[in-house]
Amino acid sequence: MNRKAFVALLGATAITVALGACSEAADKPGGGGDEKPYVALISKGFRHQFWQAVKAGAEQAGKEFNVTVTFEGAQEEGNVEQQIQLLQTVIDKHPDAIGFAAIDSQAAGPLMQQAKNEKIPVIAFDSGVDSDVPVTTAATDNLAAAAEAAKHMAEKIGHEGKIAMVVHDQTSVTGVQRRDGFVDYMKKNEPKIQIVDIQYSGDPLKATDLAKAIITANPDLKGIYGSNEGAAIGVLHAVQERGLTGKMTVVGFDSGKDQIDAIKAGTMAGAITQNPVGIGYETVKAAVAAIKGQSLPKSVDTGFYWYDKANIDDPKISAVLYQ
Amino acid sequence: MTSIPVKRPIVARMRGSVQQVLALASLIAILVFFSFASPYFFTPSNLVGILMAATVTGILALGTTFVIVAGGIDLSIGTGMILCGVMTGVFLTYWGWPAWAGVTGAILFGGLIGFVNGFNVSVLGLPPFIATLGMMLVASGLSLVISGTKPIYFKEHPDFQLLMNFSVIPGARFPLGVLIFLSLTVVAAVVLGKTIVGRYAFSIGSNEAATALSGVNVVRWKLTIYTIAGLFVGIAGVLAASRLSSAQPVGGMGLELEAIAAVVIGGTSLQGGRGSIAGTVVGALIVAVLTNGLRVTAVPQEWQSVVVGCVILVAVYVDMLRRKRA
Repeated sequence: MNRKAFVALLGATAITVALGACSEAADKPGGGGDEKPYVALISKGFRHQFWQAVKAGAEQAGKEFNVTVTFEGAQEEGNVEQQIQLLQTVIDKHPDAIGFAAIDSQAAGPLMQQAKNEKIPVIAFDSGVDSDVPVTTAATDNLAAAAEAAKHMAEKIGHEGKIAMVVHDQTSVTGVQRRDGFVDYMKKNEPKIQIVDIQYSGDPLKATDLAKAIITANPDLKGIYGSNEGAAIGVLHAVQERGLTGKMTVVGFDSGKDQIDAIKAGTMAGAITQNPVGIGYETVKAAVAAIKGQSLPKSVDTGFYWYDKANIDDPKISAVLYQ
Repeated sequence: MTSIPVKRPIVARMRGSVQQVLALASLIAILVFFSFASPYFFTPSNLVGILMAATVTGILALGTTFVIVAGGIDLSIGTGMILCGVMTGVFLTYWGWPAWAGVTGAILFGGLIGFVNGFNVSVLGLPPFIATLGMMLVASGLSLVISGTKPIYFKEHPDFQLLMNFSVIPGARFPLGVLIFLSLTVVAAVVLGKTIVGRYAFSIGSNEAATALSGVNVVRWKLTIYTIAGLFVGIAGVLAASRLSSAQPVGGMGLELEAIAAVVIGGTSLQGGRGSIAGTVVGALIVAVLTNGLRVTAVPQEWQSVVVGCVILVAVYVDMLRRKRA
């Protein structure tokens, strides 16, 4: 293992030097000649289908740009200690670039510094890393994605009327952005649409009860937006328990069986899905650019899709949905 | 201290009923307040909505009343309930059991969780707070492990959701789950008020050492009491899964505190030895009505927790004042 990594490192160094200096294809002593650059990705999780899709995207880019890609994540999502251990191991292997989705940015601080000292470029992905070490962040632009959800909501309800929002939480970055992107779009573009209530829960059971209360308080409500899988499941069940299936416009976020079934059955107008394959692909692409010493924008938008009954079976869409 | 021993039971009984009347009066006051605050509050569909919201927490609170009356505490009921929901999914979907067997299995699994809690508390002598805190984490983790962190759907049993949602009154949308909750209330009231289990629960809660000295097998009765609480956890888990027509492995944290809040608002003493099922039900309804009312009147969610928190503080303080005076 170590020897292979060592060889890879030397080979990679050779390529870096060659590219950087734009001179002869140096064949350093002990170098492997045609060894490919090595990009190591450390993700938050591993087993979840979302992460498997990220991995697939990363591997696709690896093939395309001719770099070696490894993908590892905490066995149990949220296990900070395990992730730090993985990151330490990877830094010790001296890859040419690291892709990293931090579970806890603070905890990763010292290792980020170590990577910087060893001149290994770091690409943050998914939720990013709260540090100035990463050269760029490849993630879903949640503000733009939520605005897209708002646009479709406005179209479905005929650009006027009352709507409400169930947001998964009011403190996390995704929660705040998926709320603000939606609200801002409505404020700017839809003067006749009124957001009457914003409540918070990503717990399906609690979201059900609070969405029901919102419906009660607003009998002329035309639509509800749920900002993640849990919130959207709650909204769907509230609408169903109230016997408003088909009458209330429901717009969701992410996927999961409940939302996919509801969209196919027509009880949900549609939802926004992130593009995990794109996240993996763009991370490796950015890593390759960083290895070449090219400058990168502060963030790379990995894209998102609106999906509804019409395009849910489109291979491009179904590839990024998980049940 | 100064009261004549013979009179004590009557005084105690009166104190209990005063607390219940007080809680009931608060409930009615809140209902009246919100009825004026919003035209949509006092409608049949919203009242049913409140009962549905109270069902899961309420059932958890019923079981916890036994434990708290006996001087213990159970922090594992929230995540334990989630685990029982996941087990329902395992039995029905993974193993393909018939519906009745899967539901019974999940309820018994809840009883098993309670039994282990009871064993840790009474046989191993762990403090109830620690023993059930441990179980709370174990249950939370096991739910994720068993389900592979993904919801389990009841593909083989599309009718399973009827357990919570079936409308018992045609045309009126009065769900079966609420009826189950109300029936369990009666069952719990009888068990706590009229049976030997209830009598020993009060006795252990008032004075465990004296109860043991009088020849009661305290270990055995504590096991029984925690197991009863576990069975309620199992029922709550099955109903929560039925309502969402899926076993959601994430969540449940915080539900135990909501249930304990309901018990305390209902006048059950956290020191043990005093409490009632009627009080707990009223407490659960107060929490549910308050939460719903604040939402219907569109009070920002940040303030909703502040209000519910203050209600708990006031309820416990009033209870304390009254006891000092008595």
